[in-house]
Amino acid sequence: MTPSVMPEAARKPSSGFDLKLYGPFLALAALIVLGTIVNPVFLSPGNIGNVLTRTAFIGIIAVGATFVITTGGIDLSVGSLAAFASGVTIVVMNALVGSMGAGLPVILIGVLVALGLGLAAGLVNGLLVTKGRMEAFIVTLGTMGIFRSLVTYIADGGTLSLNSEIRTIYRPVYYGGVFGISYPILAFAVVALIGALIMYRTRFGRYCAAIGSSEDVARYSAINVDRVKLLAFVLQGLCVAIAVVIYVPRLGSASATTGLLWELEAIAAVIIGGTMLKGGYGRIWGTVVGAVMLTLIDNILNLTGAISVYLNGTIQGVIIIVAVLLQRGTVARR
Amino acid sequence: MTFRFALAAALAAGLMVAPVAGWAQQKIKMGVSIPAATHGWAGGLNWHAQQAEKRLEKQYPNLDVVIVTARDVGRQANDLEDLVSVQRIDALVILPFESAPMTDPVRAVKQAGKFVTVVDRGLTDPSIQDLYVAGNNPQMGEVSARFMKEKMGGKGDIVVLRGIPTVIDNQRVDAFMKEIEGTQIKVLGMQYANWNRDDGFKVMQDFLSRFPKIDAVWAQDDDIALGVIEAVKQAGREKEMFILGGAGMKDMIKRVMDKDVLVPADVLYPPAMIAEAMEITAKHLVEKAPIQKEYIIEATLVTPENAAKYYYPDSPF
Repeated sequence: MTPSVMPEAARKPSSGFDLKLYGPFLALAALIVLGTIVNPVFLSPGNIGNVLTRTAFIGIIAVGATFVITTGGIDLSVGSLAAFASGVTIVVMNALVGSMGAGLPVILIGVLVALGLGLAAGLVNGLLVTKGRMEAFIVTLGTMGIFRSLVTYIADGGTLSLNSEIRTIYRPVYYGGVFGISYPILAFAVVALIGALIMYRTRFGRYCAAIGSSEDVARYSAINVDRVKLLAFVLQGLCVAIAVVIYVPRLGSASATTGLLWELEAIAAVIIGGTMLKGGYGRIWGTVVGAVMLTLIDNILNLTGAISVYLNGTIQGVIIIVAVLLQRGTVARR
Repeated sequence: MTFRFALAAALAAGLMVAPVAGWAQQKIKMGVSIPAATHGWAGGLNWHAQQAEKRLEKQYPNLDVVIVTARDVGRQANDLEDLVSVQRIDALVILPFESAPMTDPVRAVKQAGKFVTVVDRGLTDPSIQDLYVAGNNPQMGEVSARFMKEKMGGKGDIVVLRGIPTVIDNQRVDAFMKEIEGTQIKVLGMQYANWNRDDGFKVMQDFLSRFPKIDAVWAQDDDIALGVIEAVKQAGREKEMFILGGAGMKDMIKRVMDKDVLVPADVLYPPAMIAEAMEITAKHLVEKAPIQKEYIIEATLVTPENAAKYYYPDSPF
């Protein structure tokens, strides 16, 4: 086995402390300290609960994005897909209320529609990249525009709202939970756990890293490159669908602005987490931390009145760059 | 080579046919350039524009209305060029994406001898426009503040959710702050929620954790307000405060109509203003009706008493 095929996580750190591996966690700790200084409310269970629940959408999508980016690809269509799938799910559920009445079956069909759309979209992206021999960037730039305009079209430029009876039944999926932990957080945890298992413990995870490291070497090593890449996109689509399932009950609506820029947030979460944009190795737990950090920055800025609201973007940008810079330290020395 | 020849031939043929066709129709053409339906209010704008198109073309058989939508300033400038050169319009009704960058493209239309109606967001050089139809942004802030002052008896703690950092947003917020000056109303916090439900929800959640007591929320916009409502409900603090949005979204007007305690009123900033602008322009073009130079649409306070008048159940917004 060549070193390039070996996933990063399997490598033993050469020195005692690998900043690259623990960097995201250190940055997160720093952010938590900062938050506590800014406002003591920050650490209240209510606030932490809100923040983690909010993170779930981007987090789940980012877990999927970790696989795509690890193979050296990229998916820009996730935000638009989330909006499109939310819209279609709402339309389907609204349409079914007439014949089936408001009840659990309608919601189950809605969930299946969302999952089906996610899988189909992932398949389309993946096939265009592998069989169509196109750059992932271009393919998903195209589908990004398609999904976005489709949801605008379905909503007639306005907002699609979920039938209020269905909404009442579906609502607890976002707002409810067990032992005080909301379902979105649980879903996020489960997705991350499964993601980590796939990434670190399966052949597929190792192949993703191998392809991202060097596609040619992977091909010569008898890896079915196309199938692995296709599967990575399908996984991404599925993750978006899961995010949609917990997103729809939150506000019960979808519009042309739903999921705007989520693709960039997901990519940022992955990169802050220590995965390289050019592929080669993926870190699921880093991605989770990255996603939490992104939401925390927003939260902390909202909890303080000290910084001009005009500068929010600057603060966010600086924190993201510093977080990644921290991790680059060890790379340069290697 | 053959392609070029074909193109040239087509162009030549087009040039010969075009004037004849134009003469044969003798229709009056009105171009309408508006932002694409990428958010709720713009969606309503598009809907009202299309309704007005149908209505006007029926009312005036020799009027042809062409609506074009653009996603950004650059595309809107292109649209104007096409309207003049390809569509050969007689008049333009435009809601500029942004004031400064669209001023020169609209000036070019004016210099080509077209009648120009500007809607909502003004140009930096008002001398270009023949007619100006607009909502009143400072008044929107003022009316909102006055309602909250009365409702709260001149004292209490509020939070403000702003739109996107733009001139419009500043006008609204500045007028609002000026109106509550001297009262005992305290603004606890102010953040941008980008005229968006998701952001309204998030920012409000954080405000709710940060402030143990909030008497009222000025959400400024109905999309933001819907997100705020969910956050307040989740925190179980509906009884503590009321929420004032703005724009005239049908869901919010409905709530006001139904006497929702959480949403006692709404302030109009109607997307229907495009229809009004189109109607006045068409009337002037076809019937040569005299017009004022400016029509400012009042930021009316919608209360349970007058809500039915502003309720469009078929509109997407």
